[in-house]
Amino acid sequence: MPELLQLTVDGLPLSAMVDPGRTLLRVLRDDFGRTGTKEGCDDSECGACMVLVDGLPVNSCSYLALQAAGRAITTVEGLARDETLHPLQRAFLEGGGIQCGFCTPGMLISAAALLARDPDPSEEAIRDGLAGNLCRCTGYQPIVQAVQRAAAEMRAAT
Amino acid sequence: MTERFAAPTSLEEALAILGRDRAARPVAGGTDLVVASRQGRRPLPESIVAIDRIAELAHHAVADGSLVLGGLTTHAWLAETPEVRSGWTALADASAIVGSPATRGTGTIGGNLMNASPAAETTAPLVVFGANVMLRAIGRGSRIVPVASLATGPGRTSAAPDELLTTVVVPAPDPMSGSAYIRLEYRRAMEIAVVGAAALVTLAGDGTIAAARIALTAVAPTIVRAPEAEIALVGAAADAAAFRAAGAAAAGAASPIDDVRASADYRRAMLAVVVARTVAAAVARARGESIPIPASRWAHGQEV
Repeated sequence: MPELLQLTVDGLPLSAMVDPGRTLLRVLRDDFGRTGTKEGCDDSECGACMVLVDGLPVNSCSYLALQAAGRAITTVEGLARDETLHPLQRAFLEGGGIQCGFCTPGMLISAAALLARDPDPSEEAIRDGLAGNLCRCTGYQPIVQAVQRAAAEMRAAT
Repeated sequence: MTERFAAPTSLEEALAILGRDRAARPVAGGTDLVVASRQGRRPLPESIVAIDRIAELAHHAVADGSLVLGGLTTHAWLAETPEVRSGWTALADASAIVGSPATRGTGTIGGNLMNASPAAETTAPLVVFGANVMLRAIGRGSRIVPVASLATGPGRTSAAPDELLTTVVVPAPDPMSGSAYIRLEYRRAMEIAVVGAAALVTLAGDGTIAAARIALTAVAPTIVRAPEAEIALVGAAADAAAFRAAGAAAAGAASPIDDVRASADYRRAMLAVVVARTVAAAVARARGESIPIPASRWAHGQEV
């Protein structure tokens, strides 16, 4: 039996009738049109589907949509403010942290969660923070550097 | 196909649903239940009870020296909390290497135990600490089950379908003891133990080994104690020869299987190494030496 799901996505209050077995990823993409969040492996290995649920990173492909009722979801589409990219997004773009781009939404979300917890992470802390996100293009080095650069910029701005 | 979903906020309500709806299964973080369905290993249950909003299951405290954990305690909390890291270090070692930050933030100790994977990370540490769980059902109250006898096979436990794991109680280890958990891993994250071992070692005043408990991951249908390795250690000098003897004894008695991650022979060979290094880390910690958490990373390239 479908149930009413009400939640906040990127600051917007949204609702939908949702079958209990559906995942948050499917509802974000198919019901709410938030296609920035990607389906990679669909079994929690790759991290392309990463979103924040009440500020914590979650693989949305393996999280039941109805468990998100009343919670605040942040997708990659909630990182930019109006037309201004988030410092992480800019650093990824300018530093070559993006090649094909498919892992990027999940990488950005995991990086945002890491910097919220640790504004000045070591390289090892960055690699640990991104350990649930696979990238098959970059070799990770430009991604790690982009996070370091964004972190420094965000610290300087506060 | 899941037909029914409930998200109770009280334990009584959750137990009532599990009591009257025989198809109902609990979900906390979903990191096993939902992933298994995505991988096609096991369909989602017909009825789901989401227990993640039940405050009575989200407590954690040190009481009378014991670590008392609500079933919803996350791996992240266990990996980061100073009391766990200092007092129940093997549990912090294990929790710190579960999945990724997302897995650790949503995955729970109750789920890890009730999923009953032969490769579960937190079980072997809980077994060596002599932890018990409380299982509660509507109309029958609570019963206490040792973690060592909770799992009965891969994915199976001795819990009845209407019972919910509410609490894990981990007794305080002896003074002069140290503990560690190490797994053999092919990658650092999103990994499943190829083999693993937990050790709790207590030193005597003269520095010899007074007591040892060892439990093994991913070498049997459930997490098992390794009495042969424990016997090899008790009374011995706490040195590399004893650590190697314990590893050889554990490997000699183990009967692992061949699967996609390793052959039985490789598992047995590596078990000897992993047990020896785990005991070495536990002994070092018992002596007050600092071994980083998670010990699995420290273990690479050790001489033992």
